[in-house]
Amino acid sequence: MLRMVGLYKTFNLGINSVCALKNINLHVKPQDFITIIGSNGAGKSTLLSVAAGVYPPDEGAIYIDGTDVTRLPEHLRASFVGRVFQDPLQGTAASMTIEENLAMAECRSKGRTLGIGVTRKKRERYRELLSLLGLGLEERLSDPVGLLSGGQRQSLTLLMASLGQPKLLLLDEHTASLDPRTAEQVLELTQTIVRKHGLTVLMVTHNLSHALTMGNRTIMLDKGEIILDICEPERGELTVDDLLGRFAQARGERLLDDRLLLAAR
Amino acid sequence: MSFNVISGSIEQGLVFAIMALGVYFSSRVLNFPDLTVDGSFPLGAAVTAALITQGWAPWMATLMALGAGLLAGASTGLLNTKLRISGMLAGILTMTGLYSVNLRVMGRSNLPLLRQPTILTRLADYIGSDLRVALIAFIVISLAVKLFLDWFLHTELGLAVRATGDNPQMIRSQGVDTDAVKVLGLSMANAMVALSGSLVAQHQGFADVGMGIGTIVTGLASVIIGEVLFRPRTVFWATTSVLFGSVVYRIAVFLALRMGFAPTDLKIVTAALVILALSAPVLQESLALPFVQGIRSLAGKREAVSTSVKDGRPL
Repeated sequence: MLRMVGLYKTFNLGINSVCALKNINLHVKPQDFITIIGSNGAGKSTLLSVAAGVYPPDEGAIYIDGTDVTRLPEHLRASFVGRVFQDPLQGTAASMTIEENLAMAECRSKGRTLGIGVTRKKRERYRELLSLLGLGLEERLSDPVGLLSGGQRQSLTLLMASLGQPKLLLLDEHTASLDPRTAEQVLELTQTIVRKHGLTVLMVTHNLSHALTMGNRTIMLDKGEIILDICEPERGELTVDDLLGRFAQARGERLLDDRLLLAAR
Repeated sequence: MSFNVISGSIEQGLVFAIMALGVYFSSRVLNFPDLTVDGSFPLGAAVTAALITQGWAPWMATLMALGAGLLAGASTGLLNTKLRISGMLAGILTMTGLYSVNLRVMGRSNLPLLRQPTILTRLADYIGSDLRVALIAFIVISLAVKLFLDWFLHTELGLAVRATGDNPQMIRSQGVDTDAVKVLGLSMANAMVALSGSLVAQHQGFADVGMGIGTIVTGLASVIIGEVLFRPRTVFWATTSVLFGSVVYRIAVFLALRMGFAPTDLKIVTAALVILALSAPVLQESLALPFVQGIRSLAGKREAVSTSVKDGRPL
């Protein structure tokens, strides 16, 4: 499905250069749901951005279904990639209505014409889709998205990302800026949508217990390298403390004052 | 005030409204501070005047003006997206270059259209009367441009254009090449501006190389007046309010002239008007805040007053 071979990415070449990705090799099978963990600056978001084509890697190649997409820019890769960002404001256009946002997402895979964006037929379908969220958004189709709460916007973005059956769903800490209860709801919705469409997912998270309970495979990044890659059923025996132990072992140092550690306690 | 007196202002308001719709498109929809306008407006006038004096059919000459505006907008768009020149500077560069282009096109700095056919004289011939021909023509054309814009901004492509102004990162992740959209949008906006310039030249009977000075400010004034008066929430009402804003602006100009301002004073009056409208949120806060706080402390409430300036948009 997705194959990354020998990826390298360095930012700020020169004295302050930061090696964000170092020889990343990852083979994602269809319908894999991979959770990605690692401390701050480990390269998690860079990995997702490179997968989405926001910027190309310095070295290495990326294949989706056997096609080399390494140099394919973001907007051309979008037809088979759905994304949800950490910041709820990032995934939707605030001044435009809920139905217009959904219509824009639907055009992702089939391209854009001079046909009317929101037709009556589409509106009915959106109403149905939104009612699945259980947030009452189906009654607010013509409200600007800017009026929604963070959780509502994130749920909508998730729904938008799943439209048009993307081959790959990229979730970049998409619940990190929500309150715990809303975060749980959005995660539940994530599971539902992924299962319903049989999507292939890469999900970055800072919550180690989520990392172990969601999906079927977990990878841990540190300083741009994959230091742990574990699938079910072996993953089922792993605990949060094991993860922390693995991390310390791999690095040969103790974790101090890090969001990873804080999130685990 | 009789209708005859005010109908002149309405005619002017409507023909300049087409330019204001272009300014609305670039500044509000695309969120792009496009200064090309000061060059593409006289470009439309120059192309039309030059072609008509060479014997072209007026409607063809008008169409060519539209095409010229399209190219002017594309130039600014390409400077910005391909050469990564800041939006404001890209517009200034195109505008400056266009000054020379306009002089070349006209061959001199002022080209009269006296005794030449225009689309207005042709229309008058067709109707068989020249009573209020300009008013009728400009109502029809400005409405047509407005309705075209309403339709376009609701198409699948139009939604992508609006999202490019709202959240470029988001719409890129939805598969849109925002650079291409910017070039397209700026081209369309400047085509409208050039069409307006073409019609103004045919209406007033000449094209002048200096007629573009301050066009952008006039356009913004119309957009802002419309926003203040109607507080539009949808595209349809936004474009409607631009039409009304432009007419109200012309009536205000007419009244200013009546009050004794010289026509040469109009630019500073317009500039002052735009400054006032743009700074309204700031002025409201700095003037009203001490007052509100005084009242609150009297009432024994000490919460912070959380009015903000974030709604005040630059340009």
